[in-house]
Amino acid sequence: MRRRSRHAALWLTAAFALAGAHAVAQDAKKEIQKYQSMITEGSPVELFELEGEVLWKKKQGPKTASLEQCDLGQGPGVLKGAYAQLPRYFKDADRVMDLETRLLHCMMTLQGRSRDEATKRVFGNEDRLSEMESLSAYIAAQSRGVAMAPGASHDKERGVFELGKRLFFHRAGAWDFSCASCHSEEGKRIRMQDLPILNTPAAARPVVATWPAYRVSNSQFKTMQWRINDCYRQMRMPEPVFGSEASVALNLFLTVTGQGEIYRGPGTKR
Amino acid sequence: MRRSSHLLICGLAAGLAACATPLVSERPAAVTGQDLNEITSVLKRDFKARGIATMARVELDTLQQQCNLHRDSPPAELAAKLEAEQMKSIPFPSGSLIGDWKRGERIAQNGRGSMWSDQAGEPAGGSCYNCHQLSPGEASFGTLGPSLLRFGKLRGASPEIQKYAYGRIYNSKAYNACSQMPRLGHAGTLSEQQIKDLVALLLDPDSPVNK
Repeated sequence: MRRRSRHAALWLTAAFALAGAHAVAQDAKKEIQKYQSMITEGSPVELFELEGEVLWKKKQGPKTASLEQCDLGQGPGVLKGAYAQLPRYFKDADRVMDLETRLLHCMMTLQGRSRDEATKRVFGNEDRLSEMESLSAYIAAQSRGVAMAPGASHDKERGVFELGKRLFFHRAGAWDFSCASCHSEEGKRIRMQDLPILNTPAAARPVVATWPAYRVSNSQFKTMQWRINDCYRQMRMPEPVFGSEASVALNLFLTVTGQGEIYRGPGTKR
Repeated sequence: MRRSSHLLICGLAAGLAACATPLVSERPAAVTGQDLNEITSVLKRDFKARGIATMARVELDTLQQQCNLHRDSPPAELAAKLEAEQMKSIPFPSGSLIGDWKRGERIAQNGRGSMWSDQAGEPAGGSCYNCHQLSPGEASFGTLGPSLLRFGKLRGASPEIQKYAYGRIYNSKAYNACSQMPRLGHAGTLSEQQIKDLVALLLDPDSPVNK
């Protein structure tokens, strides 16, 4: 698996080198698109899904329990189509939760684990995925073919959506950035990376249909909590707390904006 | 499309008053001081300091406050006042502002600096290529900012142009109050010498930018 991604990284370098020789952005874009379809064909996402299944069934924590009775919104243990209806309001926790926040809740309630212990390593590296990442791959995969329909009717869901929207446009931090600084204008890019206008359905739909995702450039499987976290890192802001209302709010805002799209993830990204 | 999915959602949640209006993802039409206080409280509650990225960064300065309140389009009079205030904060060095364009090119390429993954005291980059085209040999450039290709060739390198380039990099908001460009000197990301090196990249006739 590692060798495959190194191989892919070489291809990427070659694609960029080719592009540089021509020094024309359009050529580079075509190379990247070609590369994009190539990596999707050879994606190792299924291996991560299998790892996640093992963790879902593994007895862990002070209560030596598995997560198999975790209720992701469709009833205890129901995984089919559950991811497509997240984030959503959960009555037992009286708050809106996304997949990772709900998994954390189940680790604490079903397995008796502390928040500190369960969030010690929420983002993995290329040597080892995090538990959250593997579980996300396994659970999201079981919504393939299902239309994304996050919670958008409960008062709390609507409140959290509005919070997410306000956060999206809020400028702050050492570099005065908001999410919209990069994600609000048509046809813009950072270096060669195209920037989707994430508050429009046209751009949000393919995004919500393919996260969580495997990233070839660093051989890692990444979740939406990580994606938001890494944006704030580059925005020169402090770090969002894992599973915090602010992070779930941005996720819900994005997912509601992109709702209706058929889930086809976990995706494979550059 | 949006309308029909709204009706569907409201059908499922029949009777909820909340269904009176559909959720819209467009930028809010108005932002109040109260809104800003609420968002800042949420950030204080839901974010944590990490490395050099301290929690002081969620506090808004006057400029950020006004740009948020006016959705990046402050009335002309306010914009002029904000720009004048920002201009006063720029410590323009005396003498030539043109450093070494070769060092400038490396600074322009470097996208590190001021992130929690960066170390204090480590020289930062300007992330210039993330948003601007500069040297023609670099095909991997962003487009959030204008192309700066041939910047000096078109403008010369007079003391006034040097001062403008230096000031723009140090604090872009002195020229356009709600510019999307970071205040690279003001924020402490780039040093005086680094900004001079970037000015050289833009203005030196030998710089690839002007070839």
